[in-house]
Amino acid sequence: MNSNLKEQVLRSSGVNVLKCMRCGKCSGTCPSYDEMEYHPHQFVYMVEKGDIETLMKSESIYKCLTCFACVDRCPRSVEPAKVVEAVRLATIRQQGCNHLIADSIPEMLDEDLPQQAIVTAFRKYTK
Amino acid sequence: MQRIGVFVCHCGTNIAATVDVKAVAEALSHESGVVISQEYQYMCSEAGQNLIKDAIKEHKLTGVVVCSCSPRMHENTFRKAAASAGLNPYLVEIANIREQCSWIHKEIATATEKAVILGRAAIAKVHLNAPLIAGESPVAKRALVIGGGIAGIQTALDIAEAGFDVDIVEKEPTIGGKMAQIDKTFPTLDCASCILTPKMVDCSQNEKIHIHSYSEVSAVKGFVGNFTVTIKKKARFIDETKCTGCGICTEVCPMKKVPNAFNMGLDNRTAVYIPFAQAVPKVATIDANYCLKLRGGTIKEKVCGKCAEACTAGAINYKQQDEFIEQTYGAIVVATGYNPIKLDKFDEFAYNQCPDVVTSLELERLMNAAGPNGGTLLRPSDKTHPHKIVFVQCVGSRCDDSKGKPYCSKICCMYTAKHAMLIREKYPDTEVYVFYIDVRTPGKNFDEFYRRAVEQYNVHYIKGMVGKVTPKADGKIDVQASDLLSNEQLHIDADLVVLATAIEPDQTARPLATILTTQMDTNDFFTESHPKLRPVESATAGIFLSGVCQGPKDIPETVAQASAAAAKAIGLLVKNSITCNPCVAHSNELMCNGCSACEKVCPYGAITYQDKEFRMPDRTTAIRRVAGVNPAVCQGCGACTVACPSGAMDLNGFSNSQIMAEVDAICK
Amino acid sequence: MQVNDNKDFQPLIVAFCCNWCSYAGADLSGTNRLNYPTNVKIIRVPCSCRVNPMFILRAFQRGADGVILCGCHPGDCHYTSGNYFTRRRMTLLFSMLDFLGIERDRTRVEWVSAAEGAKFAATMNEFTEAVRKLGPNRRLEDLRCRKQ
Repeated sequence: MNSNLKEQVLRSSGVNVLKCMRCGKCSGTCPSYDEMEYHPHQFVYMVEKGDIETLMKSESIYKCLTCFACVDRCPRSVEPAKVVEAVRLATIRQQGCNHLIADSIPEMLDEDLPQQAIVTAFRKYTK
Repeated sequence: MQRIGVFVCHCGTNIAATVDVKAVAEALSHESGVVISQEYQYMCSEAGQNLIKDAIKEHKLTGVVVCSCSPRMHENTFRKAAASAGLNPYLVEIANIREQCSWIHKEIATATEKAVILGRAAIAKVHLNAPLIAGESPVAKRALVIGGGIAGIQTALDIAEAGFDVDIVEKEPTIGGKMAQIDKTFPTLDCASCILTPKMVDCSQNEKIHIHSYSEVSAVKGFVGNFTVTIKKKARFIDETKCTGCGICTEVCPMKKVPNAFNMGLDNRTAVYIPFAQAVPKVATIDANYCLKLRGGTIKEKVCGKCAEACTAGAINYKQQDEFIEQTYGAIVVATGYNPIKLDKFDEFAYNQCPDVVTSLELERLMNAAGPNGGTLLRPSDKTHPHKIVFVQCVGSRCDDSKGKPYCSKICCMYTAKHAMLIREKYPDTEVYVFYIDVRTPGKNFDEFYRRAVEQYNVHYIKGMVGKVTPKADGKIDVQASDLLSNEQLHIDADLVVLATAIEPDQTARPLATILTTQMDTNDFFTESHPKLRPVESATAGIFLSGVCQGPKDIPETVAQASAAAAKAIGLLVKNSITCNPCVAHSNELMCNGCSACEKVCPYGAITYQDKEFRMPDRTTAIRRVAGVNPAVCQGCGACTVACPSGAMDLNGFSNSQIMAEVDAICK
Repeated sequence: MQVNDNKDFQPLIVAFCCNWCSYAGADLSGTNRLNYPTNVKIIRVPCSCRVNPMFILRAFQRGADGVILCGCHPGDCHYTSGNYFTRRRMTLLFSMLDFLGIERDRTRVEWVSAAEGAKFAATMNEFTEAVRKLGPNRRLEDLRCRKQ
């Protein structure tokens, strides 16, 4: 168990996982539940346990659509989607390389790509 | 010259272990005015008290300082001891050297030093103590109960039983409250009406109980034993003394499309109505918002009037106005109850979109023999039998966000088990699912009851929360939920969805708390005086709490608390007079300049101004406006003493000079 | 602002506590054995609104280094509205002290309920430390009142 990793996930997500009362409403509301190996309520619990490496290796974190249904409906304001995003970020940071070079971006752009997606990509793929 | 006795307590080793009590007694014996300074193992014991009593007599003490535990603990003990030895009890001061010294410090040297300073401050204060005599004020032998649900009814019956007059103020046209709407009660499954309505009848027949239905409390003045309350009787456009409750008016009323609040809006009633058959008082009420003749605020001369024509008793009076009654009470019991929360913020449960998503209280009406379907459970939308019913627990309870309530509503687990069981019993072909987070069933026979629902009635309990409810075109309702134990997401095609909605205090509670000057928590529940030892008294003397207005409760707990509140109220009412706190403000009329600053800050209205004649230095007389304090009303907060610009206002027991002396002694 | 490095300096702190909330909170921190420095000496008043600004000035005049006033949380006052008066009066007093050149950290108003023993102890620790850093109160102290 890597406690630094847990600390990093908690810090970058800003989520207090101890607020979770394990009601499972996040999993009850998740649209890509069936695609996932681990489910939203499990994400939160695994981060609480510090079992982050397993999560990072799982494909589940890339199945999350970041639709924020769980964030909206969580009765305890735990915000599971933010935890997922933080785990993704941790993975990227661990790889330690820049996936994007500023100069190469214009040719990668698609006219139909929403502006928000570009900003998100910047945030995700740059260290 | 003052003759002061100092008594230092060891409290076993509680004090003596960290404070050198002998050194404290020795140091304090040199203070001015101290004639005797002693230490003893346990001052609060019989022997310790005798030590103080003997010293008072022997040394003719004029003041006593006890260095011991917190004054909140034993101040009264030592005051009583002093009084029995002939010393005015208010000449005793406590130096708190246990909670605020020995228990929090570790080093003997510094703790001892601090104990000496605290003792010195108490000695400085006691030098300036004046003997005080507690006044008395009479108790009005009548109680007011605000709210006529089961809590209010039980309290009123118990107080009346003891022989005191009780008034019930109920804002609805009938007493009975929420319990009248409930079908069956857990865990015995007996009919709620069958046990409630006899009590309602007892209330109406008891000559000590006076019911003000369709009324509200609009103002409260005064204090414990002597509250003056203004009750607003809202115009019901029916003369209560003439109406026989025959109900002919409701038959002839042409306005039949008024949502029936008693049935949670699931059916309609007429504009003139009696809420339900067993209503007490059984008197009709005209709803002026819907009555063809009265709506819009003016009486339309040539419109309708059918109820007046039909009424053989001549009880209908379209010109009736709101009436205000003023009455004096010795005690007030608050029993304002609860309501289910509004579900506007919970879009995911589709409550506002789909008529077949109902709250539990609505389900009670749907299943009730006196309800809209005569007791047959039918879907509100198409009046067919539901075959698959989903119950959702904790809707709005245990929420950390602004949408819901942070507390557990306590009753939902049990009533859901009850509903599930009743449905399986009556309609065995119905599948019942209950989605729960935790099943909380503490209470006598409660867990057995819940287990019966699972084991005997085969109700499907699933650990997990419903995430989304979607009404479908074919009339079914898609319920999407997680099953945390099998780790899968479920979709259930339900016919009816029942939401165990959180409960919240009635909306009238907060304005009432302001009128009564009682405390409330952030959830608008009334705060009890002590969470463990004084659970039915509010912090304001003479005001008691009964039922859900203090916190979520089921019926047996409510009744128990109602009787407890009644017992406390009776304990107050049997007294002919009550002792007042003598530590009240008083004004020095010679110094008062009549500015009214104190009158404005007094939260109790205890200060009044009057014109008085004064002899002036040149032997003439002048009339000056000066402040006077009513010692029975003043609670002794001291706000006025600081507001007074001329220094005329002072507080007994905590006078300016006393506190200054304490400051000086500490800073010496 | 001068920072006092003298660790041996023991400030004298006067705490006014209302009888219903803060004094009970102080008792609770005692019952729970939560330590705070001996520098703090508590004076019991019925309500925080009983504290005349004069008392605070008097304490400074007589050589106190810090004064803290504790009352019930706003809305929870036993006397309904007393602590609201306190809040307004102290705002005025503190701005005057500020004008006189008395450091803001020497005075404080804190809401402590009867259930907040831990908060009481933490507040006292923190306040004592803050005053210790400021060093002795010289500006308001009346030297004629000094111990010989």
